[in-house]
Amino acid sequence: MAEIESCFVFNASTKQSIFLCFQASNESLKMELLADVPLLPGEERVIDKDIIYICPFNGPVKGRVFITNYRLFFRSVDVDPAVTLNVPLGVISRVEKMGGASSRGENSYGLDITCKDMRNLRFALKQEGHSRRDIFDILFRYAFPLSHGLQLFAFLSQEKYQENGWTVYNPVQEFRRQGLPNDQWRITFLNNNYELCDTYPTILVVPYSASDEDLRKVATFRSRGRIPVLSWIHPENQAVITRCSQPLVGMSGKRNRDDERYLDIIRATNKMTSKLTIFDARPNVNAVANKATGGGYEGEDAYQNAELVFLDIHNIHVMRESLKKLKDIVYPNVEESHWLSSLESTHWLEHIKLVLSGAIQVADKISTGSSVVVHCSDGWDRTAQLTSLAMLMLDSYYRTFRGFQVLLEKEWISFGHKFASRIGHGDKNHADADRSPIFLQFIDCVWQMTKQFPTAFEFNERLLVAVLDHLYSCRFGTFLYNCESARDANEVKMKTVSLWSFINSDRASYINPFYTVEFVHVLYPVASMRHLELWVSYYIRWNPRIRQQQHSPMEQRYKELLALKEQYLRKLEELQLSDSTSHLSNSTAPSPSTPSQRVTHLQTPF
Amino acid sequence: MLSGGGGGSGGGGGGAGGGGGAGGGSGGGRSPKPSFVSYVTPEEINLTEKEISRKEKQPDLLQGEVIFCSASPIRKCTQDDFSQRGIFGSLFCTNFRISFISDETQLEEEEGQVFKNKLYGENDIPLTCVDNIYRGFDEKKKLITSGSVRNKYPSKIIIHCKDLRVFQFSLAFAKEEDAKKIFQGIVHHCLEPKSLKCIFAFSYSEKMTFSSENQTKLKTVMFDSMVDWAQEMKRTKGNCKLVSANADFNISTKYIWCWSHHSGCALFKTASLPLMQEDGCSQSYRTYMERYCTCVKTEELPETLPTIQDIQQSYNKFKQFFLVDNTTEFWMSDVKWFSSLENSGWLDIIRQCLTKAVEVVECLENENTNVLIMEEEGSDLCCVISSLVQVMLDPHFRTLEGFQSLVQKEWVAGGHHFLDRCNYLHKDKESPVFLLFLECVWQLLQQYAPAFQFSETYLTVLSDSVDVSVFSTFLFNSPHHRATTIQPVSLLAQKGPLNLPTVWDWSVQFNSAAQDFFTNPLYVEKSRQDKVPRKTFRPKHQRHQSLPSTAFKSSPKKSFFKDETDSLKKMLRVKRISRWLNPTDLTQSTTREFYEAWQRKPLDYHGLLLPCVDGPALRVWAQRYLRWLPEVQIFGGGAMTLEKKLVDLLAEVRELRGKLDWHCSVDFSHRGAAALAGSSVRLSSAFPFFVSRTWSFKPAIPSCLQKNLITGTFADKEDEDSECLGVI
Repeated sequence: MAEIESCFVFNASTKQSIFLCFQASNESLKMELLADVPLLPGEERVIDKDIIYICPFNGPVKGRVFITNYRLFFRSVDVDPAVTLNVPLGVISRVEKMGGASSRGENSYGLDITCKDMRNLRFALKQEGHSRRDIFDILFRYAFPLSHGLQLFAFLSQEKYQENGWTVYNPVQEFRRQGLPNDQWRITFLNNNYELCDTYPTILVVPYSASDEDLRKVATFRSRGRIPVLSWIHPENQAVITRCSQPLVGMSGKRNRDDERYLDIIRATNKMTSKLTIFDARPNVNAVANKATGGGYEGEDAYQNAELVFLDIHNIHVMRESLKKLKDIVYPNVEESHWLSSLESTHWLEHIKLVLSGAIQVADKISTGSSVVVHCSDGWDRTAQLTSLAMLMLDSYYRTFRGFQVLLEKEWISFGHKFASRIGHGDKNHADADRSPIFLQFIDCVWQMTKQFPTAFEFNERLLVAVLDHLYSCRFGTFLYNCESARDANEVKMKTVSLWSFINSDRASYINPFYTVEFVHVLYPVASMRHLELWVSYYIRWNPRIRQQQHSPMEQRYKELLALKEQYLRKLEELQLSDSTSHLSNSTAPSPSTPSQRVTHLQTPF
Repeated sequence: MLSGGGGGSGGGGGGAGGGGGAGGGSGGGRSPKPSFVSYVTPEEINLTEKEISRKEKQPDLLQGEVIFCSASPIRKCTQDDFSQRGIFGSLFCTNFRISFISDETQLEEEEGQVFKNKLYGENDIPLTCVDNIYRGFDEKKKLITSGSVRNKYPSKIIIHCKDLRVFQFSLAFAKEEDAKKIFQGIVHHCLEPKSLKCIFAFSYSEKMTFSSENQTKLKTVMFDSMVDWAQEMKRTKGNCKLVSANADFNISTKYIWCWSHHSGCALFKTASLPLMQEDGCSQSYRTYMERYCTCVKTEELPETLPTIQDIQQSYNKFKQFFLVDNTTEFWMSDVKWFSSLENSGWLDIIRQCLTKAVEVVECLENENTNVLIMEEEGSDLCCVISSLVQVMLDPHFRTLEGFQSLVQKEWVAGGHHFLDRCNYLHKDKESPVFLLFLECVWQLLQQYAPAFQFSETYLTVLSDSVDVSVFSTFLFNSPHHRATTIQPVSLLAQKGPLNLPTVWDWSVQFNSAAQDFFTNPLYVEKSRQDKVPRKTFRPKHQRHQSLPSTAFKSSPKKSFFKDETDSLKKMLRVKRISRWLNPTDLTQSTTREFYEAWQRKPLDYHGLLLPCVDGPALRVWAQRYLRWLPEVQIFGGGAMTLEKKLVDLLAEVRELRGKLDWHCSVDFSHRGAAALAGSSVRLSSAFPFFVSRTWSFKPAIPSCLQKNLITGTFADKEDEDSECLGVI
């Protein structure tokens, strides 16, 4: 694996993917190689070209670039160790021409590629004969297939896995796990044809005493028909997390009796809830501003048995700008002179703190037996962050390897987080105001939790990085499209492979060896800047100065010890066996030479 | 103010001690010694005696510890107590500590108290550990300075400790006279200048016998004899001549050998030469040096590193972030955490020390040049840099005993002014230089944990021990000072020389179970096969290659090191402070190259270690600084949960190994199960230091979130969809 030697340190998942596809293509006998990296089944070469990669860490490197319908691959020539790049085209957000035919200076004519994963790639070409025209056009077409009438790679991939990731999440099964339906909550198929709400899943859990007619009426008063439905129920105190979009109050301050009654029904499902807490994720001013566009929030007068709490989390535009600032201070070089104040000025961790502390408040309410409603404007960004994080704190199932996949499938994918719009899969419009790193921010929050509770999660950091890498790669169907109805229409489950097929076929790589099952109580992370850290191994992973540890020393040592334990146990078993057989014939201690040999053989330093 | 141990007051002091002993039963100074030092007037003693007879509960006094005064009822306000009602009890001030004894039944013997300090408990503050005392009123506080209070006393006092604990005592419930006494007593003993003999260590060791057996049992090399130095020289294959000329501490300026690189070059340190002697004397010193070493690079530390005062100022700002009086204040300061941290400059000072050490390492390792580091007294930053260089280069100093020997060699024998820097006598020469060194080691430890035999907890405990005033290690300004101080006392006492305990005798503070926390479970000793004797790996001619001219030519850092352009530099010398704020780009780039070249090689935990000093790599020593803050306790989490898993498994593997050995009937040394194993302690991020009584299921919900966080273009742009298409 020469890639390991490269100036870029690939994260484990990328390497793993190379390794896996090696196996896959071996099987399919079609051993086509890109330099020495095998292609994925269904991957096809489009163009290759001599080029200079302007590495921000090592300077210009001569080599050859290969472009397929899935990736951009670069390998240096005459450099030892070889410099390689392996970038799925889905990661590219923008391709620009750099310099003109008459530009002066070395390596001033070429391409500048902006990626969604916190890096930029610059290539220089010879200035004669429009040498970049073909490669620019091809990159532009294949990086943004949807803008050119082409298909995303996920629909072209021929990958096969033992596991079928599409079976990971079954909503009825998941609700059954939560003890639903019960005497207060029922499962409804009212949205089977996406008629009630086209961005919701087909299967919803609603209060038993609310009729389908009630639900239809409530849908008229909630933005995009996203009515309050159950996300999670506490197994003991029966307090529930429900999620929805903002009420359509508008400038005139409209009221809707059905909506008010519906929320009170939700409150009444739990006897301990005297007041239903409505967490509006937005800052107060934003909620007020939304009245101008027909939205708003639940007024005190209208909703008598509810209390409204604003969580001050900012909107997608603020988050996008914050990440942009973060990228400025970490790529290509880490800001040196004023690292900490620069970090603070990006506000990235401040936003993480707000999201986490919002989720903590939700979890706290639930564990004290009080039901909550969570919404923001449309209920698919901040709401998804809050409900899923609160569920992660409350329910240890979601902290398992499987459970986490279920959580993502449920709260994010099925409830219509607009992945296509937020990520801009295959779309050339890099400046689209709909794009925003909301999901990344959520994964960052999860990472913060795993840092604070290193034994509470069954999965490791590599899983989180793999999820983020394939959020952009378009190799799997999991994160494509904005909602379930669109996924159905495009037959995603039929025509693409699930990310979980890939992940679950290599479970061992993503398992946290320190995971301890004993956690029954709620995990409250500390949402203080004192404990929040920048996720260096994700945001600064391209920088070779920041040492990347494939396995943390802690993990490595633990695994070594586990192996040693196995070895000792086996030896002990052997000895006991031989003892029992030879006990009668030779009961005295064995001759001094043999045991000491045995022991030195086992001598592994502690 | 202080009576320096005269006859009359000495008898009085004995009386007080006797009273304390009778009441406490654990025996203070029962028989007054002529050398006994009294701190109180007889009038006070009578009062205290009365008080004591009335009291039931008393602190368990240490040998030689006497109570000066006490008051009750005193309310201790606790931060992690949501009811805010506090705990009532009595407050004592002894010659060792301020002690609060709760009226409530003590839960001392709880299971959670694995990590108990034998010298002082969680409600005790050694007098030398007191950092600042404040008068508290209406949610505000005002610093109390020595001599500023006479007859008044505040209703509430807030004590900030050097180990970053914060205590709040309400005096409002005690009798006015008692309150006044205890307040004045505390202020007097914690803030006023005093003489060395008043330090508790002297009363303590007089009553205790720290057999030299204990000391010889320790494997730590003390560097108090020629033999130790000769051994170390042999270990590093150094080729310097040992000089015993300074045996009677006459020579003030000399070049001290620190460590020899396997290539033959060595590290030396020295105090700066007075500028006046530049021509005559220094020339002779230089020829002296050049006789022994073909070439030497001289590095004047003050030119590029912060001053002692800078260090003190910066740390003063830094520590304030952790001395938090209430939750509101905590969340207020959380908003601007990163920029405040930066403004304190503390991490930057750590970075500069690490960077400087890397530069020196580069000289020794890459250029095989002798290095001489210089500083005015040669005992502050010289100690930091020289010991850091050795930790980076020599894996021996990353073992527990090796590290302790290093501190003995570079700091204790090296004459670091511990007494002044720790401010035991309140003489205004305080500066956390030793802490700075520990901070730098901690940075290395968190970056390369498997390379160190000792744990983070060990470093934290060591940093605390500095302020306990019992250990000879931190009691003197130099070996000379030590020798001259100990002798007269012994004459008076008609005993052998005072036998003060060294900090390395950890059994003075912790039982063996607690000491298990000192070892790092990640550390793997170098296996025997790998332990080849140190060899000169470089071609032999390189040893002599470093003639001055060639060495300087090959060095890209010519302008940085002191060489023939020295005089020019002196003329152009700007204020020191500006130098260390703007280090030259040149050195940055060469050390950067050196670091990057090293980093490209596979990491060997038993080889050279270089710290990454980039912004994201340097961190706050969370265990030391965050352990007492209830707001940031991660219940059920923290790094300790990982360590526990590892330690448990290690114990399991050891047990299996023991069984195997037993099966093979071979003598085995089965170490007791590690302290963490089996203990049902609920872990938190502050474990083992802070075990919360009220295991909290309530999360800390941040208040004071900065409402107007974003004042940019998007603040009022709501919201996520088509409404905003115009905004890019």
